[in-house]
Amino acid sequence: MPPPVCQFCGQPATVHLTDIVQKVKKESHLCEACARAKELLPDPVGGHLNLQALVSLVLGAPPSNQPVALICPACGLQYTEFRKHGRLGCPADYAAFRPALEPLLDKIHRATAHAGKAPRTAGAGGGAKRSELADLRERLRVAVAAERYEEAAVLRDTIREKEGADETR
Amino acid sequence: MKLDDMLPTLGEWLRGTGPDSDAVVSTRIRLARNLADIPFTTRAAAGQKSDVEGRAREAIAKADISPKLDYVSVNGMAPLDRLFLVERQLISRELANALDGPRGVAFDPRESVSVMVNEEDHLRIQVMQSGLALDEAWERIDAVDDAIEARLRYAFHDRFGYLTACPTNVGTGMRASVLLHLPALGITKQIEKVFKALQKINLAVRGLYGEGSRASGDLYQISNQVTLGKSEPRLLAEIGEVIGMILTYERQARQVLLKERRQAEHDRVARAIGTLGSATMINTDETMELLSAVRLGIHLHLLDDLSLATVNQLFIQSQSAHLQKLTGQALDGEARNAARAKYLRSKLRDLGTR
Repeated sequence: MPPPVCQFCGQPATVHLTDIVQKVKKESHLCEACARAKELLPDPVGGHLNLQALVSLVLGAPPSNQPVALICPACGLQYTEFRKHGRLGCPADYAAFRPALEPLLDKIHRATAHAGKAPRTAGAGGGAKRSELADLRERLRVAVAAERYEEAAVLRDTIREKEGADETR
Repeated sequence: MKLDDMLPTLGEWLRGTGPDSDAVVSTRIRLARNLADIPFTTRAAAGQKSDVEGRAREAIAKADISPKLDYVSVNGMAPLDRLFLVERQLISRELANALDGPRGVAFDPRESVSVMVNEEDHLRIQVMQSGLALDEAWERIDAVDDAIEARLRYAFHDRFGYLTACPTNVGTGMRASVLLHLPALGITKQIEKVFKALQKINLAVRGLYGEGSRASGDLYQISNQVTLGKSEPRLLAEIGEVIGMILTYERQARQVLLKERRQAEHDRVARAIGTLGSATMINTDETMELLSAVRLGIHLHLLDDLSLATVNQLFIQSQSAHLQKLTGQALDGEARNAARAKYLRSKLRDLGTR
């Protein structure tokens, strides 16, 4: 078997990730430079492992440090404009800017998921479903922080299943 | 609705009653809500704002809210009337002056529930209660929110909750503020320490009239900053717990004042009444300061012929817009300070406190 190459640039891969998605094993191979660019490796100068980036990779969201080109298809607002004025343009911005907004929300609120009231009339059982999701996400966060990655993978799959049908109402 | 009819009345927040009213003036909760299919106010065209206004007015008129809320448009309103509503805490300074286009506010005759339309968010629902009443205010606003939501489709996202123009409000969209009167912590110079502790636990402290205004008359608004990741009851419980601690400190400081310098405090209160009843020129800041001393005097039983509601009436009616409505003329600078002094003199004379 030939040595695996980096799936992003073709250089010999030295970072190997095994991920279980929907019970199917998925392997990722990266060279050190690409892994570092995606913040999967600790900084060479005494840094710590970036848990946020690992969670992002596990959850399938792109890494958090390249939001610049984001633009909302609904209202045309660019993410950079939002950063300048601090106000979003329309409700769809939250989905369009999500990769960049989540780290920002984490900074402002120390949280990225709603845990309160939900509209009662917006869909049957909406409220109950939401708090269950919030609970699962919290368990995922705890599992990742405690480095219990097998449990995290199961939780992640459950979250994906439940999120499936209707994200934005 | 005639705004001038409200002039002699006190809004819900100034009734001077309710739990812990020795140091808590009022409790306010607001919810930020937006319609799902229209850009946020800053990016909405004039036609879209009209659309929001029309739909909001209809929903509020038909919603099951008791007592009924009456809507007044702010964009066509005289500047004096706008300031009047700001002073009564029914609208924000932003809705009054900074924003443009169709906008307004609906409120009930008791001024306990109000809904601003086309503020930074399409809807800003607000409930006021006299005294410390976080749970009651939440029950009330939760019901009002449900009643409106039954008729409008809100922008809501499974992960992020209620979507708002500014990410600092997303999630619950809830800001709860408790308006505290903390003169004894001020006199004993402990107030800075309290506020430093508050900032560490993510609660904001502001003066009475919002974001930028500095604390005047020892009145402080304490509110939550976090809106995402915790449920409404949990956020309210956290604020309530901190307010309880601040109240304990303020009451201890008051007891120390009574024990160690009763005569000096009595003198300060008597002089405050004296100045209010005899000055011929007085500005808002000095009025607030003196009324703060009088308010403390009532709580320490150094005065017994004045009620809290009366102090609140002097406080609200000596604000600029109220004063100009009372005197029936536009006043500025010296003329306003003279009119304020004249109003206070005649009020205190009527009350026979001199």
